[in-house]
Amino acid sequence: MNLRKILNNVFLVVILGLIVTACATKKSVKTTTETSTTKAAETQKADPIEKLDALMQGDVYVGSDTVGELASGVPDRVFFATNETILTTASRETLRKQAAWLRQNSDVTVVIEGHADERGTREYNLALGERRANAAKDYLMTYGVSSDRIQVLSYGKERPVDSGSNPLSWSKNRRSVTIKAN
Amino acid sequence: MRKFLLIFVCIFLLKPGYSHSLVEIDITRGNLDPLPISISPFFTDKITNAKIKKELDLDNLGLEISKVIENNLKKTGLFNTIDKESFLQKPDIAHLKPRFEDWALIKSQVLITGKVTSKIINDKDYIRIEFKLWDILGAKMVDGFSLTTVPTNWRRVGHKISDKVYERLTGESGYFDTRIIYVAEEGPKTQRIKKLAIMDQDGFNTKYLTLGNELVLTPRFNPTNQMVTYLSYFRNMPRVYLLNIETGKQEVVGDFPGMTFAPRFSPDGKKIIMSLAKDGNSEIWVRNLETNIQEKLTDHPSIDTSPSYSPDGKYITFNSDRSGYQQIYIMRSDGSNVKRISFGKGIYGTPVWSPRGDLIAFTKLHKGKFFIGVMRTDGTGERLLTENFYQEAPSWSPNGRIIIFYRETKTDKKGEGFSAKLWSIDLTGYNERLVKTETDASDPSWSSLLGN
Repeated sequence: MNLRKILNNVFLVVILGLIVTACATKKSVKTTTETSTTKAAETQKADPIEKLDALMQGDVYVGSDTVGELASGVPDRVFFATNETILTTASRETLRKQAAWLRQNSDVTVVIEGHADERGTREYNLALGERRANAAKDYLMTYGVSSDRIQVLSYGKERPVDSGSNPLSWSKNRRSVTIKAN
Repeated sequence: MRKFLLIFVCIFLLKPGYSHSLVEIDITRGNLDPLPISISPFFTDKITNAKIKKELDLDNLGLEISKVIENNLKKTGLFNTIDKESFLQKPDIAHLKPRFEDWALIKSQVLITGKVTSKIINDKDYIRIEFKLWDILGAKMVDGFSLTTVPTNWRRVGHKISDKVYERLTGESGYFDTRIIYVAEEGPKTQRIKKLAIMDQDGFNTKYLTLGNELVLTPRFNPTNQMVTYLSYFRNMPRVYLLNIETGKQEVVGDFPGMTFAPRFSPDGKKIIMSLAKDGNSEIWVRNLETNIQEKLTDHPSIDTSPSYSPDGKYITFNSDRSGYQQIYIMRSDGSNVKRISFGKGIYGTPVWSPRGDLIAFTKLHKGKFFIGVMRTDGTGERLLTENFYQEAPSWSPNGRIIIFYRETKTDKKGEGFSAKLWSIDLTGYNERLVKTETDASDPSWSSLLGN
């Protein structure tokens, strides 16, 4: 019975092979024309790709879309690499601005919301969001903002700002956002 | 009867065992030979039908009950339910004594018959349902029972009969008289509204348990009763709650300074294990619901979450990134002897111990794809059951034969087309099915058998 199965399979493979090659030869003529058109399309596409590069460093978002203000001239959020909680140079600069503003406005308390992208399990992302928010909180504290003025709230992947399912959208969603609480 | 058992033994032998790889499934899939079964409409006399029509607005209750059973058995993939149009014998006569040749003629090997009669007890309406299971080739009745209940319970009667048939023919306990709790989802992806919802295992009798004012996640049944534990963002304080689905009473159980999440009951229902996140570190805690004593079980600067007890309560499996990435670990229930068990390619999350104790179901992310799989409790014998763009949160049927989970779709270039749905798949990797829900749905949890 095994032998028959093997023979059957071999037969199938051979037939499939024939079909596939037949298709391939037929198509070869077409594809040459297709490639020439796609090349033209590629040159047109080149712009957005370059833009994408400018919007992400590694996979950390560095653009300004979705970024709001905690106060005038003080961005409200920082972005993270996939699965990471490390603050980038740009993030630290943002957080130093936030700390300076918070030192000047000592009656303000804030909530830092930590978020993750959709490419992880829900529970792990809740923990990851908490870790990200705390990374931002710790940095604000080292720049003189006392911990009792900062509350931390993780949303995991529950509140994306961008509903896309692509690396750029995900990079915008991996964030911690500092929001005035009073 | 022995014949049925033999047939089923054969079916199970043909299915790939735990040691087989995923690749072989497609080859053997076509070999499955479901058992041909006829489910005769349950006979309902005219007086009963008239009464039922008034009370439940159903024209033929007996027919409806047989449809509940048919739907249950068909969805197992183990039965081939024969079209009622081809039945040669009338329901009332078949229920008295089937003409076995007639049923053999339409290639049926098993027959279910039944009868519904109305009854008045203490001035209240009841229905009495009688059911019989017949072996066509052996030409005899092999099982049956009768029960009396209030008319509104009629679907549950169908589920109880399905459980009996499944048990008798497969030798395993059934899972039809059960419910599924889940998170009902509505609205755009960026502002999802989520409510706790509960429904019968077959998608009927959906009830919403919260209003959607606050975010709720990860409801899980107590394996011993109808209590549920879940995460609620009530007043923007993510905490673990306990909900009695009969009374609607809620209380906080995870009121620690910090966020509590990822709750799950112990097998005896007396404890809840959960994660507590504080100062950027998530640890696993256990809270005894009788003594209100809580105890920290893990102690590591990494993320420790998604804990799940073994059915004997002696071990806990959980998710940790202490190796650098999410992996699955097990430890004793006192937190000692922590051991990593997942070593395959990719990252692993949401381990859930099977009610049989021998397997752990999990979610795996590898090369941009999400898999639901199972492995033995020592990490060997990994088997991936299904692959997709995004899916997670496996939950076991009470008999450990089926895994229910949720799957989300990829959005298009405009960020539209998002949906979340429940799916189920057999432990064998066969029989993947959409579980219909009124709204979008996620985070399913399967109840134990409801009892009486």
